Amino acid sequence: MNSSVIVFPGSNCDRDVATALTNLQFKNKMVWHKDSELPKSDLIVIPGGFSYGDYLRSGAIAAKSNILKEVIKAANSGCLVLGICNGFQILIETGLLQGALLRNKSLKFVSKDINLKIINNENKFCKNYKKNSVISLNIAHNEGNYFTQKDHLKELEDNNLIPFKYCDIEGSINESSNPNGSLNNIAGILNNNKNILGMMPHPERMVNNLISNSNGIELFTSILS
Amino acid sequence: MKITKEIIDLHGLKSEEYSKIKLLMNREPNYLELGIFSAMWNEHCSYKSSKIHLKKLPIKNKNVIQGPGENAGVIDIGDGDAIVFKIESHNHPSFIEPYQGSATGVGGILRDVFTMGARPIALLNSIHFGDPSNKKTKNLLNGVVSGIGGYGNCIGIPTVAGETKFNSTYNENILVNAMAVGLANKKKIFYSKAKGINKPVVYVGSKTGRDGIHGASMASAEFDENSEDKKPTVQVGDPFTEKLLMEACLELMKKDSIISIQDMGAAGLTSSSVEMAYKGGLGIELDLDKIPCREENMSPYEMMLSESQERMLIILEDGKENEARQIFKKWDLDFVVIGKTTDTKNLSLKFKNEVVASIPIEALSSKAPLYDRKWVKKKLDKKKINIKEHKKIKFDKAFFELISSPNHSNKKWVTEQYDQMVMGDTIERSGADAAIVKIHQKDKAIAITVDSSANYCKSHPLSGGKQIVCESWRNLVSVGAKPIAITNCLNFGNPENPEIMGQFAENILGIKEACEFLDYPVVSGNVSFYNGTNNNNIYPTPVIGGVGLIKNLNKTQNHKFKKIDSQIMIIGKTFGHLGQSAFINELYDIHDGMPPEINLLNEKNNGEMILKLIESENINSVHDISSGGIILALAEMSISSQIGIKIQKPKKMSNIFEYFFGEDQGRYLIEVDKNNLPKVERKLKENDIYFENIGITQKEYFELDKDLKIKVKELYELNNRWYNKFNGLNN
Repeated sequence: MNSSVIVFPGSNCDRDVATALTNLQFKNKMVWHKDSELPKSDLIVIPGGFSYGDYLRSGAIAAKSNILKEVIKAANSGCLVLGICNGFQILIETGLLQGALLRNKSLKFVSKDINLKIINNENKFCKNYKKNSVISLNIAHNEGNYFTQKDHLKELEDNNLIPFKYCDIEGSINESSNPNGSLNNIAGILNNNKNILGMMPHPERMVNNLISNSNGIELFTSILS
Repeated sequence: MKITKEIIDLHGLKSEEYSKIKLLMNREPNYLELGIFSAMWNEHCSYKSSKIHLKKLPIKNKNVIQGPGENAGVIDIGDGDAIVFKIESHNHPSFIEPYQGSATGVGGILRDVFTMGARPIALLNSIHFGDPSNKKTKNLLNGVVSGIGGYGNCIGIPTVAGETKFNSTYNENILVNAMAVGLANKKKIFYSKAKGINKPVVYVGSKTGRDGIHGASMASAEFDENSEDKKPTVQVGDPFTEKLLMEACLELMKKDSIISIQDMGAAGLTSSSVEMAYKGGLGIELDLDKIPCREENMSPYEMMLSESQERMLIILEDGKENEARQIFKKWDLDFVVIGKTTDTKNLSLKFKNEVVASIPIEALSSKAPLYDRKWVKKKLDKKKINIKEHKKIKFDKAFFELISSPNHSNKKWVTEQYDQMVMGDTIERSGADAAIVKIHQKDKAIAITVDSSANYCKSHPLSGGKQIVCESWRNLVSVGAKPIAITNCLNFGNPENPEIMGQFAENILGIKEACEFLDYPVVSGNVSFYNGTNNNNIYPTPVIGGVGLIKNLNKTQNHKFKKIDSQIMIIGKTFGHLGQSAFINELYDIHDGMPPEINLLNEKNNGEMILKLIESENINSVHDISSGGIILALAEMSISSQIGIKIQKPKKMSNIFEYFFGEDQGRYLIEVDKNNLPKVERKLKENDIYFENIGITQKEYFELDKDLKIKVKELYELNNRWYNKFNGLNN
């Protein structure tokens, strides 16, 4: 499977996700933001980081870059797109995903391992996870507090477009297991076609038991299978 | 402009220093030249008070590739890999402007590391604040922590370990020390020494602004009531530009175009150009009209003394300008040839077709003043502490109070503001005895720790110097790493005061003795004097950053209990020394007395034994015993694993407080499977290692005879409460 990782000035999880993809047998290419052509890709990853230094608003400048025009085209024709952390913020800024990522409720950067409950696994990114299982991934962001309007929230819930929610170790979804104030503990969302996933947690950081855990692997193997 | 006495004073130069300038120049300097001398001759850049003492430190072992004197130290970790690391202070700027001061401290130390050809892989910090009840503390803590996080998180280097401490000695002078660690190819290390004549001198990175002018001079004077007016001398950081600069430099370093490279840190363009020329025995000529400026009408004086961040100076091989320019263009950074190397051994500055400054390079470097300042030995307070003479307190109450005190509280509030996992190689993070960072795509790792113990150093500078090196060594050993070398950040008061100079001199001797004995040399470092306000000097606070190697990733250890019903042992002898301990200090407010003694032989034997036990996989967890003694160390093991303990007081123990809160050195706690116990005991006996069995791990409860019983969950909450309360948070 061919994957492309988009690199902006200020991206800083590009190498991490490329390492994870390559170790899991993706044929991966790095794509510079000034490029105007995408290599043939089955998966496009927009990695975490501080594209353009988070100036103006996280993800806002990257959303207007050369290569994003191509990413939008590919996404609209069904290519799988995964936006992690800053990548999620960029996808929101392009309009490929709806809603907003507000400043964390604590008004502080938050980085820690959190628990996620698999709410919906009937999509290409999560099918290797068991529904309602609890996994642990790492988060690291300033603006991860997801918000959207009532009718869109209903649409997300009704159409199974919320793959994960923050929860505690037993799987309860409550305020104390919400690390950033996100609406209904939402940690990631899909578009209506379920080919675009934006998520704040970093699956690429959890792919090796020797380092942390390997709960992120299934996300990538789901895409592969 | 005529140079008056007032101008000389403003530049922080003494009248005898000014006379020396005239002698070296053979004439009066002009205003620009005086500014340059002031920038190069201040304490921060010249090390004029510390140099003769620093020379005593051991700087070599078989792993050292580069010792002190370069941008950072370099050690060999095998397989063609080298680790580049250094620690540096940013105390004064952080007190004046906590966010930018600490952020640029991180930025500066990162540049020191990638300048040498290394990709930074970890950041650490040691931050010291005043008493929590001091009205400035909260704001400073908040600002510094967000500044450190803001820079590191954005550039994408994990902040993997550190320490945050409170003591009223820092009320008016906080400490912010940042350490960076990078990974390089052993054959591609870059140095600052210039070579060859007529080589292009290139300016890259951000434009020069008026920020940070005379920052290094500010860092070389004590604070007074007007210090907060110095805000304009604090630099402003831009981690985004630094990220671009780092990527561009590392990309250029893959080619063979760089002769030498130096970051513009303290004293900016002045110190970087002088240092490169001096090391190469050359001269340098700069055309100041070419300097990329952020503001209009900047004078040569401002350009030469600005400490604007994220800038580098590079000397290129002939004909490589275009190749290099393309790389910097790709990253949208300035790239300008601003001068050339010469054979004149002179710093020559041109502006609007006129020579505006001409100074012999040696006058700015090797001929800078060097002082053997007067110092006196510390008078030791040998009074013994007898706990029975003081107010009675219940053991469990004392323990609960200590574990929920500011200095012993869980630092999650701090460390969760730092991205600890970016780069995907962090194995052990903050909270562990040492952080473990994997070498990317290889089956080995380094362990890193940063430590200080100002209370010990204040009461006994010599012994404190030894202790802090030992503690660093012990922390690396506890995770299964072979300690290799250290970097030190020596934070002291005013060196013109013989007592302070005495603290420094004796402390260096202590560090030297321990480093030599443990074969743990100093490869880089930084001295920060004049930490104090209006003659109130801070406690002597040397901070040690240690690096060790883990050859086999399957043989690391940590301090988390692994199983119920395994044996808990103490390695090393417990005498019950309470002088300068956290217990006596925080609960009884007693600050005199001697710190625990250091026995280097026991330290080494016990540590080497721990390494063998980890290697043979006979133990489940290890934790070194430090501040707060045995009971605090046990609590940390329980809290991090949610496994309880059931321990007994030893029969021979004289006093429960002395035994469990005493801070005798060279000790570890280990958890051993009952099956392995005979084997481990035999090994310890064969090697004459002193040990005691004190109990077992159990579910749920943290329990010591009838003196203490609490659920681990509740202990966790006690340990977590303070920071959130202090910062007005509920959860």
